[in-house]
Amino acid sequence: MEFLRKAGAVAWKDLRAEWRTREMFSAMFVFALLVIIIFNFALELRAESARALVPGILWVAFTFAGMLGLNRSFIQEKDRGSLEGLLLCPVDRSAIYLGKMLANAALMGVVELFILPVSFVLFNLPFGTLPMLVVVAALGTLGFAGVGTLFSAMAVNTRAREVMLPMLLFPVAVPLIIAAVKLTAGILDGLALGELARWWQLLVGFDVIFLTLSFMTFDYVIEE
Amino acid sequence: MIQVRGLTKTFGPKKVLRGIDLDVGEGEFLTLVGPNGAGKTTFLRILATLSRPTSGQATVGGVSIDQHPAQARRKIGLVSHRTLLYDDLTAVENLQFYGRMYDVTGLAARIEDALRQVDLYFRRHDPVRTYSRGMQQRLSIARAILHDPQVMLMDEPYTGLDQQATAMLRRVLGTLAASGRTVVMTTHDLELGLEVADRVAILSGGKIGFQSPAKDLDVQQFRRIYAEQAG
Repeated sequence: MEFLRKAGAVAWKDLRAEWRTREMFSAMFVFALLVIIIFNFALELRAESARALVPGILWVAFTFAGMLGLNRSFIQEKDRGSLEGLLLCPVDRSAIYLGKMLANAALMGVVELFILPVSFVLFNLPFGTLPMLVVVAALGTLGFAGVGTLFSAMAVNTRAREVMLPMLLFPVAVPLIIAAVKLTAGILDGLALGELARWWQLLVGFDVIFLTLSFMTFDYVIEE
Repeated sequence: MIQVRGLTKTFGPKKVLRGIDLDVGEGEFLTLVGPNGAGKTTFLRILATLSRPTSGQATVGGVSIDQHPAQARRKIGLVSHRTLLYDDLTAVENLQFYGRMYDVTGLAARIEDALRQVDLYFRRHDPVRTYSRGMQQRLSIARAILHDPQVMLMDEPYTGLDQQATAMLRRVLGTLAASGRTVVMTTHDLELGLEVADRVAILSGGKIGFQSPAKDLDVQQFRRIYAEQAG
């Protein structure tokens, strides 16, 4: 319980600071919006071709926008020196990881909640599929933010830190992105849940395995 | 209160600390001076558990910083030239966050008390980014004393402060010393370091080259010894 309270305090601090400036939300939202608009015009999407391409476009928008937030997550702490204050706290460092991860996932989630309805209008998608797509987005975001928070902490001590995070994160996140795209496509095509079982398993399995691994290794990653 | 034995630290081929032995008693104020690169900051970072020693041992309040770092952290308050604060949060929000992380009981009262001690209660609801450098440093002290630590580690706390802010910080330091806390402070200001301390030590070439009770030295003597030690 105490562990969760500490993690909650870290998440509250990050979200409170973000609420005050809305700096990262604005950047991530505008970036994701631009991605779907540019793809819409660049590929001249018609209703029949949209179904095939939209899942990929959506996840490009989500993951690249998420990368912006993840990149700043530890860089801001490091640059203003508050990372030392955080590490000085007498808490299990995996509580710091959990708090930062929850804040990153929440920020990505809010951006996605704004982007999804816009995409439905722009690409003329069936609104009935929205609840299931929200579930896929939630699971995908959790896994992406989970690994991303760990790699963000790892990259912050390197010289080319802004470039390092995507180079570390995207190769590891490939199974998650494939599963999320396949599930999004299947739901938009109206496939039954049973037909998508192996992609659900891959997505949930990725979340469980990588969140556990990140939890266990964060202490070593953040150590000087 | 602080015991250090044979402490070394190397970064790659570079030996920054070469076997430090040091004892700081309860309620004692130790000023540690030394030239740039002498290892002062590295030494304080190790004591604060932010960096691991290559070899040697250190205890804070009888707790090994290597074996029980989280327990040791509860006994330590760190003030450095960086404030460790969140610019977009207000003073109260910053202290609320740190108070929760340190399990401070009666947090609202502790926050009010800490802010009054550093004369920032009247600006408590303003974001930290609107504060002057001196005010941020005072808030940094409030953050460090919030959990009532037995040991204060202060790494060049006067860096970047104007005269007025320096005078204010000097007053706050005096209060800290009077409260019976053990303080280890690094500084380049020999006069100020000698004035506030019970004991002074010179760190040079990764070793404690000289230490003496502050009352046995005057500023001129201290400057001469420092020049000899620092080369």
